[in-house]
Amino acid sequence: MANNNTISKTLIVAISLCLVCSALISFSAVELRDLQEANKTLDKQSKILSAAGLIEDGKDISSLFNSIEIKIVNLKTGLFDASINIEDFDESSFSRNPNTSIELTSDADIALLKRRENFQAIYLHYENESLNAIILPVRGYGLWGTMKGYLALESDLQTIIGLEFFDDKETPGLGGEINNPRWKSIWKGKEVYSDTGDVVISVIKGSVDKSSKKAKYQVDGLSGATITSNGVTNLLSFWLGEMGYGPLIEEMKSKESIDV
Amino acid sequence: MSKVKEALLNPIFNDNPIALQILGICSALAVTGTLYITLIMCVALTTVVTLSNFFVSLIRNHIPTNIRIIVQISIIATLVMLVDEVLQAYDYESSKTLSVFVGLIVTNCIVMGRAEAFAMKNGPIMSAIDGFGNGLGYSVILIVIAVIREFIGAGTFYGIEIMPLTTNGGWYLANNFFLTPASSFFIIGFTIWALRQWKTDQIEEPEFKISKNSLEAEKRTI
Repeated sequence: MANNNTISKTLIVAISLCLVCSALISFSAVELRDLQEANKTLDKQSKILSAAGLIEDGKDISSLFNSIEIKIVNLKTGLFDASINIEDFDESSFSRNPNTSIELTSDADIALLKRRENFQAIYLHYENESLNAIILPVRGYGLWGTMKGYLALESDLQTIIGLEFFDDKETPGLGGEINNPRWKSIWKGKEVYSDTGDVVISVIKGSVDKSSKKAKYQVDGLSGATITSNGVTNLLSFWLGEMGYGPLIEEMKSKESIDV
Repeated sequence: MSKVKEALLNPIFNDNPIALQILGICSALAVTGTLYITLIMCVALTTVVTLSNFFVSLIRNHIPTNIRIIVQISIIATLVMLVDEVLQAYDYESSKTLSVFVGLIVTNCIVMGRAEAFAMKNGPIMSAIDGFGNGLGYSVILIVIAVIREFIGAGTFYGIEIMPLTTNGGWYLANNFFLTPASSFFIIGFTIWALRQWKTDQIEEPEFKISKNSLEAEKRTI
């Protein structure tokens, strides 16, 4: 057997191995990208539908998703903006670009986002031509990273239908329990704004006292995951507040009252 | 027993990587909550260990000794990344649950162990068979753990309801402990015990015994 331990042989083996391996990885990444992207879209659509409780067994996700209308909203004015193409909207690039986002001051930035995009894609579901559900993308910092999800509200823009996270880095078994179906189910029917219009929905420590007046604004905390629980509270307060969808919700509520 | 048969079947019960060599325990704890996820993990690991043994063995005569571990790891890591890419493309739901653990196959002692112990000394085909056998051995134990955990923890078998849960209006109060990875320690322990009752040659010599004299001395003082 030839001596493998010379410096030149070592270098040749190391370099050629790296080249072959990286070629293989790049090839597979490029080849499979389309399928992976399609899967991600499908996953996102299914999360949107399940936040609004629209998933039906045995029905195709993409055909169910056809009943959902996507609109771009200007977060500052709260008005729908048709000038931006839905295909062109990309949350992460919009929130990084200084022209399409604002820097958040530290006291406004309760969800620890640093920057907030000026536009956001929201999802509306109509049933018999009247608004049935509005699904708002929300995100905020938990313990290890940003938790991204969808909050679905009923047409009164006050009652929660569901909260669903599609991306988080929380500890499995503790903070990761934000994906637990039992925990998600207790969000249904909770209310977000107090009579004075403040965002009061919160995840509390321990379990909710059902007899309390505040019970409809409170959700049981996740045991062992206080920081994650607070993160969820913060991201909801941010996105439902005036820096988030507050203007939109105000706008929609006032429009409704004019219609009546 | 022919050599091929030996390489293929020995790791299943006689020389099981988990039960006898006590390797690859961490993934056996982590991914055995439900049978479906476990099966995907078993397929992923068996694929990786078979192919990594094959490729390591293929170039074994050219690997410089001082960088051999790095070479092995590179090959294993490449295969793991490929498996992860394929999983993301064809079974996105499981890939989301498994992503961390599929990545951790790189550090799975079974894969490294077989590459270093077997593939560096044997031909490619034999090495691939050995890797496949070890993958099967790993799978057998994982499946046993997963079936027990899913059955007691959720009352289901492969997602099919066997014992209706009280939360769904049935009679079975699920034992949540079995959904936590810690329960696998007990199940692995009992599995090893059961295996060694059957194959008694696997029972290890105790490392030390209480010496007789000290006991005698104690008796005398009493």
